[in-house]
Order: sequence, then structure tokens, then C-alpha cells
Amino acid sequence: MQRREFLRMVSLTAPLMIAGRLYAAPQTRTRFLVVFLRGAYDAANTIVPVASDFYYKSRPTLAIARPNPGDPNAALPLDRDWGLHPALKDTLYPLYKKGQLAFIPFAGTDDLSRSHFETQDTIELGQSLDASRDYRSGFMSRLVAQLTDLEPISFTDQLPLTFRGGTSSIPNISIGFVGKPGVDDRQAKLIESMYQGTELAPQVAEGFSVRDEVYKEVTAEMQEANRNAVSPKGFELAARRIGGLMKSRFNLGFVDVGGWDTHVNEGGATGYLAGRLGELGRGLAGFAEAIGPAWNDSVVVVISEFGRTFRENGDRGTDHGHGSVYWVMGGAVKGGRMVGEQVKVEQASLFQNRDYPVLNEYRAMLGGIFHRIYGLAPDRLQKIFPAVQPKDLALV
Amino acid sequence: MRLRLGFPVIAAAITMSVLGLRLAELDTSGRFSLLFLSPVFLSPAEAASAPAASSADTRPPEVVALSARDLEWLNRITWGINPSSAKEFAALGPDKYLERQLHPPNDVPLPREAQAQIDALAISHTPMQTFVADMDQESRTANAITDPDQRQAAQKAYQDSLARFGREPAIRSVLRDLYSPYQLREQLTWFWLNHFNVHLYKSNIRLLIGDYEDRAIRPHALGRFRDLLAATLRHPAMLRYLDNDQNAVGHINENYAREIMELHTMAVGSGYTQNDVQELARILTGAGVNQSLPQSATVPKLPPERQGQYVRDGLFEFNPNRHDYGDKIFLGHTIKGRGLAEIDEALDLLARAPATARFISHKLAVYFVSDNPSPQLVDKMAATFRQTDGDIAAVLKAMFTAPEFKASLGMQFKDPMHYIISAVRLAYDDKVILNTGPIQGWLGRMAEPLYGHETPDGYPLTEAAWNGPGQMATRFEIARAIGSGSAGLFKGDSPQAVDQPAFPQPANALYFNSLRQTLGASTLQALDKAISPQDWNTLFLASPEFMRR
Repeated sequence: MQRREFLRMVSLTAPLMIAGRLYAAPQTRTRFLVVFLRGAYDAANTIVPVASDFYYKSRPTLAIARPNPGDPNAALPLDRDWGLHPALKDTLYPLYKKGQLAFIPFAGTDDLSRSHFETQDTIELGQSLDASRDYRSGFMSRLVAQLTDLEPISFTDQLPLTFRGGTSSIPNISIGFVGKPGVDDRQAKLIESMYQGTELAPQVAEGFSVRDEVYKEVTAEMQEANRNAVSPKGFELAARRIGGLMKSRFNLGFVDVGGWDTHVNEGGATGYLAGRLGELGRGLAGFAEAIGPAWNDSVVVVISEFGRTFRENGDRGTDHGHGSVYWVMGGAVKGGRMVGEQVKVEQASLFQNRDYPVLNEYRAMLGGIFHRIYGLAPDRLQKIFPAVQPKDLALV
Repeated sequence: MRLRLGFPVIAAAITMSVLGLRLAELDTSGRFSLLFLSPVFLSPAEAASAPAASSADTRPPEVVALSARDLEWLNRITWGINPSSAKEFAALGPDKYLERQLHPPNDVPLPREAQAQIDALAISHTPMQTFVADMDQESRTANAITDPDQRQAAQKAYQDSLARFGREPAIRSVLRDLYSPYQLREQLTWFWLNHFNVHLYKSNIRLLIGDYEDRAIRPHALGRFRDLLAATLRHPAMLRYLDNDQNAVGHINENYAREIMELHTMAVGSGYTQNDVQELARILTGAGVNQSLPQSATVPKLPPERQGQYVRDGLFEFNPNRHDYGDKIFLGHTIKGRGLAEIDEALDLLARAPATARFISHKLAVYFVSDNPSPQLVDKMAATFRQTDGDIAAVLKAMFTAPEFKASLGMQFKDPMHYIISAVRLAYDDKVILNTGPIQGWLGRMAEPLYGHETPDGYPLTEAAWNGPGQMATRFEIARAIGSGSAGLFKGDSPQAVDQPAFPQPANALYFNSLRQTLGASTLQALDKAISPQDWNTLFLASPEFMRR
């Protein structure tokens, strides 16, 4: 944010004064990471509505038991109504207890297609559903366009829809498969020399620089791993690398994690979903550790295209539903609580008698966060999420 | 071409002598000394075609010299120049060459080694309908298993077979791009496949995509736009991808109707309304997919007045019971409700709409001329489109012969597909690769895999979509992979396959005779600093000149 706008914001909006300090300064320190769980994770078995008898009736084989300190398979208490999946006990539960992790139940989109394909696009584009889609305009690239001091990067094999469009070129890095660059320093210098004076010179230089940074980070992590003996795998490895990269240079990131489409044999306190959640938890906690002191300036948002059916199906799994639960975490996040509109979890409150309803629309929620962390004024938030009224959940 | 056997030796010898490196430098590299110990590979004939080698051989050189302008022209008409295409071009001259490219014969086998690989594919000898029915059965059987673990195992086996089928069409496609002498048809096949995009990983499209490319797109790639549009509309890959198989009277699904108008024909903002989309969706009701084999399929029970309206053509089905027989008003015309014929009427209106002529012309010009083609060029092409009732070859000819086309030569940024195919074409010419797997992998790393775009808009065609920092860094890694050795291209697909000796040789006679003159001073200077043939290849394939066509 520009200083001029910052001052204007302060004069216009009171909530920017938080706990006696000016929240928004300085802007460049904020790190924002979106973690997209592709495939629609089963929110109801992750953030468990432990106070709902209807939940236990609806999921005879999948349900997670009510909190019970003596039972390692029981949910971990979040508040009176909610409990956390036990697979997250050592990773995310401590962050929740420290007040650095908040959950937003009944979150999602208005997209009712229940198609992964369709709804992931809906989320990444962040456009209004009644207009024709513009596939060259993702909401994160629109965010980049609104701020001058962002260093965006996508930790994905391809540039995701959400980062498409816009004028600046956004790098992507296959974070799971970072190898030693084949093009060595001497070749890189020669290649750069060939591009000198051409339009592509900046991209070429930036490309080598990002590449080197990523590799340096990975090498450092490898040395650390040798000392620690156990080296992380999968998403945990990726998330730690991301933490290292967002510690210094990059301050806006996107990563996706697949494997959540649990139609069959989903498992309960243990089993398939528990395994995925365990890895996710280790990853996010690893990110918090790897980013170091910058964790206090970080906001990580975990989203997914939709929730799953509230009742389990005949295959000990769940099908495509609607409302989900989103997560917001970071050192300065006002967490340790459930946030946003809520409704009692019972049959009568289900959407179409099968799914969680959506009470917290994700664009309004993200708009509220952008307002808080970047101090973006309403007219500029409109450029990111047109026709959406941002909802300030006072998360940071 | 000649410079093929003993590639590393010759590459090294020619590169070094032409670049004027001192012998002392060569001695510092063990590899080089070794290479120079084996001059036996350099036969007199081969030496003759290498301009730097002195020889008394009097046979005419096989590789011709092209002017920089001809070279760039040929580079644009093809997936990328190589000595074979240069030879053909020189023999025919530009006019005849272009005519052949615009009007290729129907069935021309590829060079033997490439054709043999295609012939060995299951998709080459099993009709789509048969393996779709087989796989359908496999899927049903798997889903009917009651034990969840066994069912999951059976479903996984089904997914594995799907994946196997899904790989084959890309093999055929890449081999055609590399070795078909009718390069323009192959470029247009990619272009139209991208225009009428479907995504490999939706539903069972992996079983349909090969047939879609081979029978709906490719035969019409240089034909009439109206035929192409109709062929995609009748193909199960498209009907499934855009959900028209779900579109029925009383359960309207507008997805396909909207995309036909927005992406396939008239384009957004060209004057049609939401109402036109809704009416087109009604017209399209009943056009769907039937996967059962014709002998086991039953014709639905129809009311007497609609007997004979049912149509089954391969997997395409028009089911009158799902069709909305009311009249429609589409683009200002009343279309009488009467079944499948309504779709033909609607397609006529769409294919002949001036907006369509303009939109298609513009998109072709973006692919073949520049990111921002002038309105004059697009007007000229659109006029040809209208005058010829959408004859694609005629529209292309209007474009290729325009001054703006000539002025744009050498300036278009290669998308990953052009980049990779052009590099492999130049590096190996007619030495046929034995495995397209590495190419598919590179396309994936560069984020433009075949059939891999999820959304109906297809891959973007403009430079900005492909020249980002991360993308450039990846491109240089690919340059190194292609330039440093055979990279798995000459190791067949089977587990027992042995890697055949091969070495990339972009520094071939075509380079010395013609290509070199198109390089700028900075590039030549960098190439002079190459310390090995591998290094030289990498730098050359990473050069700004090689990024453009």
C-alpha cells in the first residue's frame, strides 16, 4: 500500500487501530499464502461438530468421537460445539491453542454445480457467477495488480488460473521437484548476455535469480535434513521449502494439495483421510517453523472447492457437497476460535437436506482479510472481487 | 540428411572449425581429444556437405542455402525448419510449396520408422467404439464389486487402462508434427484442437481424444469451417466435455451452447444475447453420447410422430425423447422445432455469421502473424472467409500472402509446443526418434501438454502467456536437455528397450549455409564461447533467435 492511501485509510476506518498499534504498517512485511485443497476435503470430519447428535447419527462408521482426554482417537476440543481431528494433535492443535489458527465453518462459494472442475475455477477466478467467465483473470493476479510491493510466486507445476492474466509475469516453481539446475552459472551468464538489450532481458535475469533462490533454499534444507536424520516428504517437504522462500523474497504465494476426494473408504480417526490430514498438518506446521520470525507477519488461508455430503454414503465415504470449513493461520492471526456466521448443526440446517450451507462467502471473507493486511480501500477491493461486500471478520 | 552417423564427432569437428576455436582449447577437454581421435566417421561425402571442411568431392551438396527471408518464411509455415524441409522448399519454390501445404493429399504415411510406431498403437487398429464399450464394461464390473477394497483395486485397474489409452494419441500427434511433410496441416490440427478444446482428464475423454483429433479435427483442419464445427459437435469428446450429454428438455444445460457462441464461433461481445444462448441450448437438447455397441443398443420407445427421428452414428446419439420440439428464435431467425435438422440450421447461421468470420480470422492471425494483427489484415481474411463460405485454406492463403505476414517473420515468440518441436526437428532432422515420452514430459514442464488444458478456452496464443521468468528458466533447462544428448528420445518405450546412439545436431549444414546469418552479434559471441558441442547446442537452443519463428 502506498503511504498516501494508508493515511487515508486510517482516517476513514477505525478498525485499523488494533490493540493500540497501527496495524497496516509496513506493508511489505505481510506474507500471504493460499493453500488450495483440491478435491474437496471432508470438512465435517476434520473440524468436527462434536455437539451435534445429528452428526453422530449421520456418520455411523466415519464419525470422530467426542473429546475425551483418555481416548487418542477422540476429537480435540476447539470450543463447546467443535472438535479437531486427532491426526492434527501435534501440528495444528498447538497453533490453535496459541491463538494462531482460526476456523471459518460454513464457508465456500455460491456455485452449486458440485463439479470439482467448475467450482475450482469459480474460486480461482473469483468472478461473479452470473457473468460470463474471463479465464484470463484470476483473483490473485488482480490482487497483484492492486499493490506495487508484492513478490508473487506459485508453487505449482503450471501457473494456476488464479494467477493468470494481469500485466506482470508471475513465476511458478514445481516445488516438489526442485533439482540442481542443469544450466550452470557459466551458461546462465552466457544466456543472459545473449538477451542483453532484448525485451526479454528482465525475465531471463529474474528467471535465473528465482531458480537460484529456490535451489539455495532446497540445499539449505537438505543440510538441515542431514542433521535431523528424518527428511520430510510430500507436502511437508514442499511446505517447508515454501516457508524458506517466503521468509526472504516472496510475499504472495499459492500452492495446491490434492487427494481429498474421499468417496470410498475415507476412514475416521485413522485411515485414508487421517493420513492426508496428518501430512497437511505437518506441512503447515513445518511452514510456520521454516519461515521463522516472519511467521508473525504471515497469513495462511486454507480453502477447498466445496464440502462433502453431511451423511456418509454406502461406501464408507462422502460425496460432493456444498459448504466447507476454511482455515486462517499466522503469528498475528486472532485465532483460537471459530469465526464467522454459524448455525446449529442439525438436519434442519442442512442445505438441500444434504450439505452444510454456505454462510460465509469466500470472496467477502478474503476481501476482509485483504482490507486488514494490505489496507486496501473498498474501491480497490472492488477491482479484485467486483460486486462483493467485504466481510471483516477481524482475523488479523 | 548426411551428417548423421558419428554425430558427436562431426558436430564437434564442424562446430569447432567453424567457430574458429584454437586447437589448444580443444586439447583441454578430454572428450574433444577423444573425438578427434576418431575421424573415421567423417566420410568424404559428409565432409563435402560441411562447408568448413575442405574436400575435392564434386557431388552437389544435398543441403541448400536459403536466404534469411526464405528461411524465416519456411520456419513459420512448418513446425520449424530442418534440412529436409529446406530441401523440399528449394526444389518446389515458395508458391508450389505453399500450395502443397494448403492442399495436402488425404492419406500420406509418415517415413517408415515413424509410421511403424503409429501402426503399433492400439488406437490405430481398434475403433473407438470397441474400446469404449470394453472399458465401459470394465468400469461397470469394477463398480459392482461389493467389497470396498476389491472394488477400489478394480477401479484402479480401470484407471490404469484409461491412462494407457490416454497416452497413445499424443504419441501419434507428436510423430506427425515431427515428420509429416505436410506441416501446415499438423499445425492447424493443433490450432483447431486448441480452439475446440477438450480436456484429457474429464470423464473418459482419454478414450475419445484420439478419435476426436484424428477424425473430427484433422481431416477438416484445412477444409471448411462449417464441416469442422459440425464434426466437433457430433463427437462424443466434445459433447461430454461441455456436458451436452446432460442437456435435455426440462433439464437444460447451457454449457455447450454458451461455449459454441463464445469460444467456437461468434465470440463474446459480438452482439448475440443470453436469450440466443438459451435458445441454442434448447436446439442442442437430445444430442448426446451412447456408449453401448450398436448391436446391444436398444432404440428408445418413441411416440409415433417421432418414429425415424432417432439417430445413432458411432457414439453420437440424437434421442428425440430428450429433445425440445418447441420452435426457437435464434439470432433473429425462427427455427421450427423438428429434431436434429434444427442443429444443422443453427450451425449454418453460426458458421455464416460475419462475427464468426472475423473472430476465426483474428485468431488465425494471432497464431500465425502477431499478437496484435492489424484490422486490415483481419478484414482481408474475414472477407475471404465470407466469400469462400469458410474455406480455411483460402483464408490462410490470404494471410500468408499479405505484406503484414512477411513483415512479421522471425518475430513471433514460440509457444512451448513450437519451441520443443522445432528444436527436435532441427536437431535430428529425418533421424526418427523412438520415444516421444521425453517430449511429452517437456511439454508438461513447460505447461502446454497435449490435451492438457482444463478449461474450454484452450491455451493462450500470445507471447505474454509463455515468457514469464519461471517459464524462461524452464525453457533453458529444456534447451539443455535437448542439446546435451539424446535425452531418452532414442530409447524405445518397452522396459527392455536399449538406448540407441544419437546426438542432437542443430549445427548441421543448414545452420552453416543459412541459419547462422540470422543470428545477432551477442548470440554469435556467446556461441563462440561454447566449450563443447553439448554446450554449443544448449546455448544455441537457448538463444533469443531460437525463441522466435
